[in-house]
Amino acid sequence: MTFALYIARDTPLHRIPPAAKLLALVVAGIGVFLIPDPLWLLPLLAAIAVLFVVAQVPLGATARQLKPVAFLLVIIFLAHGAFTSWTLGVLVVLRFLLLLMMALLVSFTTRVSDMIETIETVLRPLANIGLNPAKVSLALSLALRFIPILAEMTHEIREAQRARGLDRNIIAIAVPLLVRTLRLANTLTEAIEARGWDPDPPARIRR
Amino acid sequence: MAFPTRGQTRYVAGAMIELRDIHHRFGDRIILDSVDLTIVERRVAIIGSNGSGKSTLVRLLNGLLVPHRGTVRVDGMDTRGEAKAIRRKVGFVFQDPDAQIVMPLVDEDIAFGLKNLKLSKDEIARKVEDVLSRYGLEHLRYQATHTLSAGEKQLLALSSVLVMEPDYVVFDEPMTLLDLRNKKMMATVLATLPQVAIVVTHDLDMLSGFDRVLVMDSGRIVMDGPPATAIPHYVGMMS
Repeated sequence: MTFALYIARDTPLHRIPPAAKLLALVVAGIGVFLIPDPLWLLPLLAAIAVLFVVAQVPLGATARQLKPVAFLLVIIFLAHGAFTSWTLGVLVVLRFLLLLMMALLVSFTTRVSDMIETIETVLRPLANIGLNPAKVSLALSLALRFIPILAEMTHEIREAQRARGLDRNIIAIAVPLLVRTLRLANTLTEAIEARGWDPDPPARIRR
Repeated sequence: MAFPTRGQTRYVAGAMIELRDIHHRFGDRIILDSVDLTIVERRVAIIGSNGSGKSTLVRLLNGLLVPHRGTVRVDGMDTRGEAKAIRRKVGFVFQDPDAQIVMPLVDEDIAFGLKNLKLSKDEIARKVEDVLSRYGLEHLRYQATHTLSAGEKQLLALSSVLVMEPDYVVFDEPMTLLDLRNKKMMATVLATLPQVAIVVTHDLDMLSGFDRVLVMDSGRIVMDGPPATAIPHYVGMMS
């Protein structure tokens, strides 16, 4: 399980500034939901597929990301088919697929740190109303960094509890997980401090 | 870099950490009890049983903790009030690399401390490249940090600290979670560091090359000397 999807290549898509990519993603994401006809969405899907080729994203990497969602898309399709109309089902599934592909494309071609830096820049005006952009961006990085670690920890604890026949006991898993997470957070705080992090305004100056 | 020697002990010119009359407690528990210490040697180890105050002592050295009584000075600067400047001088490597790798990708994590130093983008990129090649991590540059092996993680954690070019590096049990091969790798890296290294450890084997060993017990330094005298003293205490 990973959120670091970035694939290092030197393609035109990799070189587009992250702000432009994120903005395009938002605009296109809204656009997809304004298009009423599935037939118009197909050329868009083809265009995105071309962009995947341009970005030199390996087919396997895309498939790995789409696989878990495919099941969900099938259910959505069937539900729409059964309760509304098959056309609507196609439309909704295509919209989701497009949205997903576009988001994936941005993730494959943009470094997480660049994305977070962009978000930090966008949030900077909000510093006036007490929101600290440096803190928000650190929180985002840490979330991306620690979700897989928490998943690993849960897995380890479940294994340990399985040895005692407690792997289905939610408390037997939640309590040690909580204790370990708090301990981890404690050291992490020290480590961040020790490496000179300083969120206080004047906000970080980039030269 | 050459190390001036005085007898057999090696020193780094001008470097000094001074602790004067340190008392520290957590609640009612006394953790450090009148500790006086001057560190000028290049390799200093701190050993002692669990709960003897080692980890607390080293956390005083870069201002992560400020003692309840007494002063800690690094090259003349007081950790009480000058913690920011001192953290640039004193790097800190923790036991568990998972708890100190902050960023999702390898090169981003190395860049984290440099961004905090507010260096320019070019300078950050140059220093990251430098340290990646120095420790043979180039091929892992874009890898997700949680997918690294334990040894690679500890090496990354160390690189992320060393890239900030501290004058002192504190290690809090750097070997505890490593296998034998990675322990050897860390020992080699440690042996070649030009900085002053202060190492908390339970690993007595690695101490032979050290200049000074402090033995702690119940918040006090009970023995202070070269490995040849301090280690047998500690072993005697534990048996």
